[in-house]
Amino acid sequence: MQASVIVFPGSNCDRDVAVCLEAATGKKPTMVWHGNSDLPDSDVIVLPGGFSYGDYLRCGSMAANSPIMKEVVLKAQKGTAVLGICNGFQVLTECGLLPGVLMQNAALNFVCRNTRLIVDNNTTPFTGLYQQGEEVVIPVAHNEGNYFADDNTLDELSGEGRIVLSYAPEDNPNGACKNIAGICDASGRVLGMMPHPERCAETALGGEDGKRMFTGLVEALS
Amino acid sequence: MKATVKITLKYGVLDPQGKAIEKSLGQLGFSGVNEVRQGKLIELDIDADTPEAAEKQITEMCEKLLANTVIENYDIQLNLAE
Amino acid sequence: MTKDTTSPETPTENAHINDTEITPEIVAEHGLKPDEYEKVVAHMGRTPNMTELGVFSVMWSEHCSYKSSRKWLKKLPVSGPQVIQGPGENAGVIDIGDGDAAVFKMESHNHPSFIEPYQGAATGVGGIMRDVFTMGARPVANMNALRFGDPSHPKTRHLVAGVVHGIGGYGNCIGVPTVGGEVNFDSCYNGNILVNAMCVGLARTDKIFYAAATGIGAPVVYVGSKTGRDGIHGATMASAEFDDASEEKRPTVQVGDPFTEKLLLEACQELMASDAIIAIQDMGAAGLTSSSVEMADKGGVGIVLDLDKVPCRETHMTGYEMLLSESQERMLMVLKPGREPEAEAIFLRWGLDFAVVGSLTDTGRMVVHHEGRMIADMPLEPLADGAPEYDRPYTPTPLAPQIDPSQVDDTNITDALKTLMGCSEIASRRWIYEQYDSMVMGDTLAGPGGDAALVRVHGTQKALAVSTDVTPRYCLAQPIEGGKQAVAEAYRNISATGATPLAITNCLNFGNPERPEIMGQFVECLEGMGAACEALDFPVVSGNVSLYNETNGQGINPTPAIGGVGLIEDFEKAVGNAFIQADKYIFVLGKTEGHLGSSLYQRFILQDDAIYAPPSVDLELERKHGEFVRDLINAGIVDVVHDVSDGGLLVALAEMCLPHNVGCHIEDDNTAGFWFGEDQGRYVMVGADADKILAQANASGLTLSYLGKTGGTELTIAERVHISVKELHDIHENWLPDYMKTV
Repeated sequence: MQASVIVFPGSNCDRDVAVCLEAATGKKPTMVWHGNSDLPDSDVIVLPGGFSYGDYLRCGSMAANSPIMKEVVLKAQKGTAVLGICNGFQVLTECGLLPGVLMQNAALNFVCRNTRLIVDNNTTPFTGLYQQGEEVVIPVAHNEGNYFADDNTLDELSGEGRIVLSYAPEDNPNGACKNIAGICDASGRVLGMMPHPERCAETALGGEDGKRMFTGLVEALS
Repeated sequence: MKATVKITLKYGVLDPQGKAIEKSLGQLGFSGVNEVRQGKLIELDIDADTPEAAEKQITEMCEKLLANTVIENYDIQLNLAE
Repeated sequence: MTKDTTSPETPTENAHINDTEITPEIVAEHGLKPDEYEKVVAHMGRTPNMTELGVFSVMWSEHCSYKSSRKWLKKLPVSGPQVIQGPGENAGVIDIGDGDAAVFKMESHNHPSFIEPYQGAATGVGGIMRDVFTMGARPVANMNALRFGDPSHPKTRHLVAGVVHGIGGYGNCIGVPTVGGEVNFDSCYNGNILVNAMCVGLARTDKIFYAAATGIGAPVVYVGSKTGRDGIHGATMASAEFDDASEEKRPTVQVGDPFTEKLLLEACQELMASDAIIAIQDMGAAGLTSSSVEMADKGGVGIVLDLDKVPCRETHMTGYEMLLSESQERMLMVLKPGREPEAEAIFLRWGLDFAVVGSLTDTGRMVVHHEGRMIADMPLEPLADGAPEYDRPYTPTPLAPQIDPSQVDDTNITDALKTLMGCSEIASRRWIYEQYDSMVMGDTLAGPGGDAALVRVHGTQKALAVSTDVTPRYCLAQPIEGGKQAVAEAYRNISATGATPLAITNCLNFGNPERPEIMGQFVECLEGMGAACEALDFPVVSGNVSLYNETNGQGINPTPAIGGVGLIEDFEKAVGNAFIQADKYIFVLGKTEGHLGSSLYQRFILQDDAIYAPPSVDLELERKHGEFVRDLINAGIVDVVHDVSDGGLLVALAEMCLPHNVGCHIEDDNTAGFWFGEDQGRYVMVGADADKILAQANASGLTLSYLGKTGGTELTIAERVHISVKELHDIHENWLPDYMKTV
């Protein structure tokens, strides 16, 4: 499996996710600068966490308009898997690949801590190695992770099984609607999630629950 | 031509910052303050032949970048005096 | 090269500002004393113009020149086989083996943070990271030592919220984890909060960059953000006492842009991978002035600057303003001649300004042109090193009496423990540290909440241990012991993880040095620190002094914050400070005599605000204890270790119960002094093989006492004390969020 990681100015989890992808695939992912307008073929495109363009205006808004994102949208429409983590999730909603928006946390504070998550859909290429309904611990670190969408969209998401990850009800760190932590598009091949699986892919860092996302991708896409 | 774009959260969208401001105002002794909403103000100077052309361009900017129309409204004001 | 100290020509007056006649009032506004101004005139050989006066005033400010402290700083131990670069550069550098180096420094941003807490704290974090990445290092960990006023003071909440948001807002965006720190609340900080930021970076030993500029004719290059009128005279502000009018000085506060700093970091790293850079210096306090003076002076050259080339954000800036602006996220570099195009390409690609603003000369002078005219021509050496060095009069702090032990007879241990676990000094800092990204970069092995933070050296088995420490109330009561204790506690916190302490940085926060009793605190704290650094092989490699932390004549407690760095060769051997499993044996290393003077027990239980002697530090024993603890950890004989500090032994035990909800049973009851005394040099150690641990202690001739066993969900002592860990947890966790909620 070949992965690409898009690097925006202000991305800061690009190296971290590259380390996990390399560990899972045995191959260095291609790091693609936001200003490029061509995107080499790959099996999965990762939009990493961070503060693209300083998170100015709105998180992810300017990254969503950068040259490379046109290519990402095209590839996604043709079926390439896309994983947006944290700021990457914000970019995916801003560019329209995923519905809704990530608003400021209800407590108005940045929050960095472990959260308990429920895997609500294990049929995506990202979650195949988790049990349906399994509880996992993956950290969050964000100031704008409060998922919001209108009621129709929310009904559609839950009706179609597109809520892939949700916070355990008593452990919602940001006030997100329906405790949403991660959603996918209709094809199931574009996933946006606020938690950082790349931060818990080895025991030395406090857990391995995130690792299966990467090894699962390799199984699903190789 | 100078223009001002006012971006506000749509009614019905929770505005935690607005709520916090409202609460603080109350604690500072300003009573009877309700419905505090906060937003953004963007000023820009645009080359355009007519006000209509300017407004059209700025509307496009709002739709594409300046506002997230899922949660935000925008209001464009052109300063025609200049 | 000979330095020409006479000016070849008097600079032509700049349009407006340099026409101003230099009056005694103007001199005073620049923070120069009349006799200092006389020295300026003598060095210049003529009356300086306004621009030159401005440059002298910032370079000779306390903040830049260390004029009150230099004499004493020179006495600190600064060398050792591990030291690659000691004090005097942007940051200190130590060797951590395999060609790796750790680069670190701590710096204050106290005054700006009091005036505008968000931006003050944010730019403090930005500045210290630039100091570290200027040296060629990639920042890998940030720490913060914060002191706020009494929780009941009306400004405290607002300042806590602003400072924490500012630190998070900047550090989180850059993508460098904030892995720990410390926070105190005390009324002595009501008018002068302390915001001390520390940054640790990693570099290769053969790729360290320094500030000394060499190569006559080499281009001087400006990179980063544009220059505005931010923070003009910030350095002189940091060198003056506050009064109530200080809040009017708001416009001088700089605004930070962490996004630009992130780009600057990446661009600098990219350029540093080549060999184009001769010297590089952050434009921090006193901006372009201090960076160009320091680079040229360290290299023994001269410098000529053309301010028309400086990228400006505002119009009609005078040369005076450009030279003194403290706009953030800027760097000055000297490049090898001819390498400008490749450097420019890198900075432009990252969307940053790049401008050749001058060149090096052989004159030993700084010559500045603006709008086609020369607006300043000054000898460099007196600017950099010629600031008057003061041997300020000082009076030793009188010896504080010992606390009367009869005061502490009949305490309810349970109630006292609950009070202490929920007091402002011990309560959990979770509300603060969860607002910091402590995990980005994927190498944080132990983040906030432990004794020392552990950060892996990326891609290796090695890890750095980092801790910030000082106990200001000890420093107030007896500065020598307080100074020793600050260093010893950093040593202890690092040792408690299993890492070997290597070196420290410091941030010396004191009141007005022109008062002999404050100067006495400074001198004695440094004496204690120096003795501890010497005894523990724990040299000082960088630091910062912040004086005049005083409002309306009320000085802060002496607060020499220490930032210690250590190394563990195999992070898998490191231990944490929380009980993990039941049925393990608990010991305390070191004698417990029940010293309650200057303890938190005195402050919160006895509520006695008299000053009593703090516990003393036996440096020889400190060292032996540290070695013993590290040996047992590395041999795998103990698997949980926590140092005993604020609140004493029982608080340490309670803290160990909380993270995993594992209780403990202590066999023998004892006095309040035993449970809450703050005797130094102690560690709680936990292991499975009690006999082996005791045998090791016997063999080393050290005092090790058996306390009891882990297990259950209560902390119990004999038949007297039974407290559920859950209750302690709630008391400990709730204080700060409850306090911050009532905004």
